Amino acid sequence: MNLYHYAAPAAFYGLAGRLIPWFAWGAALFAAAGLYISFFVAPTDFQQGEAYRIIFIHVPAAWMSMFIYMVMAFWCAIGLAFNTRLSFLMARALAPTGALFCFLALWTGALWGKPMWGAWWVWDARLTSELILLFLYVGIMALWAAIDDPKRGDRAGALLILVGAINVPIIYFSVKWWNTLHQGSSINLMQAPSMAATMLIGMLVMAIAAWLYTIAVALVRARGLVLARERHTEWVQKIIKEA
Amino acid sequence: MWRFLMTVIRRDLLLAARRKGDWLTAQFFFIMVVSMFPLGIGADPEQLRRVAGGVLWVAALLASLLSLARLYADDHRDGSLEQMLLSPQPTVLLALGKAIAHWLIFGLPLLLIAPLLGMQFALPLEAILVLVASLAIGTPVLSLLGGIGAALTLGLRGGGTLLTLLILPLYVPALIFGAGAVDGVLAGMGAEAQLSLLGAFMGMSLLIAPWVTAAALRVSVD
Repeated sequence: MNLYHYAAPAAFYGLAGRLIPWFAWGAALFAAAGLYISFFVAPTDFQQGEAYRIIFIHVPAAWMSMFIYMVMAFWCAIGLAFNTRLSFLMARALAPTGALFCFLALWTGALWGKPMWGAWWVWDARLTSELILLFLYVGIMALWAAIDDPKRGDRAGALLILVGAINVPIIYFSVKWWNTLHQGSSINLMQAPSMAATMLIGMLVMAIAAWLYTIAVALVRARGLVLARERHTEWVQKIIKEA
Repeated sequence: MWRFLMTVIRRDLLLAARRKGDWLTAQFFFIMVVSMFPLGIGADPEQLRRVAGGVLWVAALLASLLSLARLYADDHRDGSLEQMLLSPQPTVLLALGKAIAHWLIFGLPLLLIAPLLGMQFALPLEAILVLVASLAIGTPVLSLLGGIGAALTLGLRGGGTLLTLLILPLYVPALIFGAGAVDGVLAGMGAEAQLSLLGAFMGMSLLIAPWVTAAALRVSVD
């Protein structure tokens, strides 16, 4: 199988269409299994009670929000280096999901923080860098929204994503530094005590579900973007007529 | 190469000298934003001293964004930017020269105003010195990273607001280390660590930002 073949929009469109149901159903199955484990199998935490169960959503969401940014940076680097249009579309297709997971991580973090720390929001290093990551996502999507010319939008967004990717570790480090200076050692947050195996399994299953979900929605979105970009070509016209 | 860089810088300085109102706006914006804080949070010297570093730094970030919005816009509008990109000189040097000129016009006057505002915020002398040092090391970062945003948003609707959205998150390390240096002195912990980290961040921006700005200019003007 020649992978480069699928870099052509028409071939990608067909392949993605065939793959989406697999990833979508996989996501649904893993999410069902993961939620079952998280709610019924995993034991109650002796310190945090039942409220800790939010981490089964929170941790995978936080992982995905960071991981998706890295994947976007990867596609943008490929796109800029090899001038492949599809790579930029992948970055565009991933961004909303990344922002969604970022928001989910912050939201569930707040829900978890209220019973644990007694506050909806604490300027903890991880929360703060997650918030800034959300700002980066918003900035990128705003830039795409402001540029009408697709080619310019692709490349401008890619440059911004790459600069952000270099900056993200520095931001994380600086926020951590800032946090230790200002927070003192009042509360030692997130000091994960050794976790029960079932908790870890639940979290991993949920993480796999988040992965599969991300791939499925990114492919759906990429398919839409391909259609919009290639709307003047013959093969898209044919699809439109058939539909 | 050197001559091209100097030409770019001299040209921008000359333009700024002919249109004083343009760059003075950013400086007065800086003064006014800082002066609003005592009105908003009260004039207790103890409290002012505690927030001084953060307030001055945040105001500096905002003022830089205000002036950066026009870094390439005027040249873009009258077509001279296109000519400069067509010239055989490397675009990286153009981006670097523009950033240096922006710093000379925006950052340098800021260093002169900052001690006065520091005194208004009841900062002791050593904290004022560190504040000026942190601004001296940190404002080039603002000009360099901001140049990327200015190049990316060239000619877009709502460019100024968009620039803020794109660039403020990237400024975070400069803000933390810069304002942290002032806080460090006030807390009696010294500011060397923060100033060193700020210097490292500046060095990295200097190495990377001109290249990205050059690429962004080519994307935007294409």
